Amino acid sequence: MAEHISLAVIGGGPAGMAAAIAAYDSGVTDVTVFERDDELGGILNQCIHNGFGLHSFKEELTGPEYAGRYAGQVKKRGIRCETGSMVLSVSPDKRITVVSKEKGLRVIETDAVILAMGCRERPRGALNIPGMRPQGIYTAGTAQKLVNCEGVLPGKEVVILGSGDIGLIMARRMTLEGAHVKLVAELMPYSGGLKRNIVQCLDDYGIPLKLSHTVVDIRGKRRLEGVVIAEVDGTGTPIPGTEEYYECDTLLLSCGLIPENELSISAGITINGATNGPAVDETLATSIPGIFACGNVLHVHDLVDFVSEEAGRAGRNAAKYIADKGARVNEPHIVKLIAGNGVRYTVPGMIDTANTGEDIHLRFRARNVYKGCTIKVSAGDNTIVSKKKRITVPSEMEDIILKPETLGGIDGDITVEIEEGSV
Amino acid sequence: MTDKRHEYDIAVIGAGVTGCAAARELSRYELSVIVLDRESDVCEGTSKANSAIIHAGFDAEPGTLKARLNVRGNSMMTELSRDLDIPFIRCGAMVACTDEADLPKLDELLERGRKNGVPGLRILSSEEAHTKEPALADDVCGALYAETSGIVCPFGMTLAFAENALANGVEFSLSNEVKSVTRMQDGRFVISAEKGDITAKCVINCAGIYADKIHDMVCEPSFTINARRGEYMLLDRSAGGIVSSTIFQLPTKMGKGILVTPTVHGNLLLGPTAEDIGDREDTATTRGGLDTVRRISALSVKNIPYNQVITSFSGLRATGSTGDFIIREDEKVKGFIDAAGIESPGLTSAPAIAEYIRDIVAGIMPLREKADFIPTRKGITLLAMLPDEERAELIKQNPAYGRIICRCSSVSEGEIADSIGRPLGATTLDGVKRRTGAGMGRCQGGFCSPKVMAMLAEKLGISIAEVKKNG
Repeated sequence: MAEHISLAVIGGGPAGMAAAIAAYDSGVTDVTVFERDDELGGILNQCIHNGFGLHSFKEELTGPEYAGRYAGQVKKRGIRCETGSMVLSVSPDKRITVVSKEKGLRVIETDAVILAMGCRERPRGALNIPGMRPQGIYTAGTAQKLVNCEGVLPGKEVVILGSGDIGLIMARRMTLEGAHVKLVAELMPYSGGLKRNIVQCLDDYGIPLKLSHTVVDIRGKRRLEGVVIAEVDGTGTPIPGTEEYYECDTLLLSCGLIPENELSISAGITINGATNGPAVDETLATSIPGIFACGNVLHVHDLVDFVSEEAGRAGRNAAKYIADKGARVNEPHIVKLIAGNGVRYTVPGMIDTANTGEDIHLRFRARNVYKGCTIKVSAGDNTIVSKKKRITVPSEMEDIILKPETLGGIDGDITVEIEEGSV
Repeated sequence: MTDKRHEYDIAVIGAGVTGCAAARELSRYELSVIVLDRESDVCEGTSKANSAIIHAGFDAEPGTLKARLNVRGNSMMTELSRDLDIPFIRCGAMVACTDEADLPKLDELLERGRKNGVPGLRILSSEEAHTKEPALADDVCGALYAETSGIVCPFGMTLAFAENALANGVEFSLSNEVKSVTRMQDGRFVISAEKGDITAKCVINCAGIYADKIHDMVCEPSFTINARRGEYMLLDRSAGGIVSSTIFQLPTKMGKGILVTPTVHGNLLLGPTAEDIGDREDTATTRGGLDTVRRISALSVKNIPYNQVITSFSGLRATGSTGDFIIREDEKVKGFIDAAGIESPGLTSAPAIAEYIRDIVAGIMPLREKADFIPTRKGITLLAMLPDEERAELIKQNPAYGRIICRCSSVSEGEIADSIGRPLGATTLDGVKRRTGAGMGRCQGGFCSPKVMAMLAEKLGISIAEVKKNG
């Protein structure tokens, strides 16, 4: 007889913890969180800087503090957590294969699964940066783990490629630890990180940020000796003659995060090509009934507060799915959400307008920097939401709330678009 | 030179696949053998960065050593992979022709293959080829199919030879660069290396791209080695199933073409370029080279997901000036044996080169078989390759197999501990990667490297900061 649990939450980071808590509070007590690391918290445990929790707790917490609040709530409820446990596969009929030191390899049947595996950093190879392959090249998150958790400073003379938030945070961190950060180069004409991080992590320390620049060569046989930086044109192609050599022993890469969906793909879940995460509806249900997704495995977030909020919804919806045995009250009426002008993607990608309950958080990213624009959500001639924005940037996720009552009677697709310069 | 500990019958210079295969072959006999290498691990040069193909043997010019040893080496692989636990799959290969005018060249290749004694060759029509490999480009109008062609883990192969040689008494002296080789009055050689001098009755030069330099230390120059760089791209396992066999391109006036092949780890490998460069240390990839790999690979296989590239690398082929493998005892300096110019199909030929070297050694000194030769070797048990039941059973025996360190390739603490703890074990991150696959997946060690560094540091008794990527 295979072991059975009602709800399996895969991942014990901020998404997994919030999802488990919400599911538990909605009546699903037979829930287990599977976490591959030795403790709950996920990547927050290495994020020792503050700035977490402004939305959720109205105070500035460090990553471990933020994680600790949720871990405390998990513990208080007595929710089962299996740390040091890695889920190896999820089957379409929601059986999971888990491996751990203590319990070996088991197959567990479940009623519902919440995917909360997070994301990974894009490595050098995926960036196709040519050159040598010496020691001294790290993704920013790996360097963060080494500095903050292992007490190892990876190098002294540092160049950072990519202005993602972890790269910016690490520019400050390495500086505080005594390293010399010479430059942050960013391929795009705009930063990949939050404005506040540019100010607090680069400007405050006099670290230059060069937009529309990239690394075109890496030198050094055993240890990194230097990198060549060049300006790029509008297509991202290096401009000959703009090359500059920077002597350095360390190159950090902060060039994007990729939702970690190998389990989702192996289960046969439909993936959204724009987010690299599962395609979900307003309940955060994936294409396989009973499997939900939240947090960075669904789409990469900027703020953990948004992750926790989203995961709470996934937890409540999973609980509802279990309670209702998958049935929906009304005959489903699915409306698609279309990423229109200036919008890269939307989460969710569809809404069942016949069964809406909670407010719907519509999250998306702009394709580019738009100033003085209007975000418009509409179905045909019917404008559902129109919201003026001083500026939208790709690095900051937009969050629009759709009231269920505004969706009644909508037939046909809902389009989300950014109208530039409209008054 | 009175210290007996430093006197050997045979000194092999170079711990690449050729040197390790030769050492393993010679370990069958009552001989004292030492292998020296400048790097801290075996398989650190050409052997680690190549196409990882066990070639069928239709490519080489009939009558050459390359042709003969390729076909012999290929025929040895089934048994060898079983005896030495080498990851090897006989997946077959196609030479794809994309221009009808070139179709007669497929017949020429077939004919050449038959002359070389390659079994299992046949010509496929466009339809047959596409049925076998649906991802072939629409332009492919015919192909030569070679059923004996295969793919191998080049690290696994080199390590297998090295570990088995070690088990049979061969000594390995790593991080020990050879500085000079001289011949004494009595015919023995003195090899001065970083860690001191040794003497040997016979020297086997398997020094790869430096084979001419080693040769010239004690012999009259008779050949040169040119470093010919090849750049590759490796794609994630999600792209590994695009083709099931190795797809070569028919050489055209535009060049030899770029191969597209699955790897034994389930990834997809594209490459190599071919560029003669002066610098024997320059293993850089270049924008132009990677662009070429991308552009040319698309000629034979369609819809390659280039966004799934997880790493790119380049290797240096040791291209000899004679055009063929140079495997011979020096005419004047008796007892000095070159195994030089070992470029493609060097990996395939390695076990046959080893036999060939053994026969040369037999002409120099008597070879007596050991009664207690151990013919087999067991590699690190890689759990991801096993069915669930076997995996569960192994975790019961060793719980460390239940703790996953490398999530992308599902490599456990137990496997990594084995890779570090076993004889000739890993001492660097790259060493662990080559032995277990940890860090070889889609995140390229982003998550697991701090953990692997901690395990290496503990085992080696150094701080985490001192753990090296390689060397």
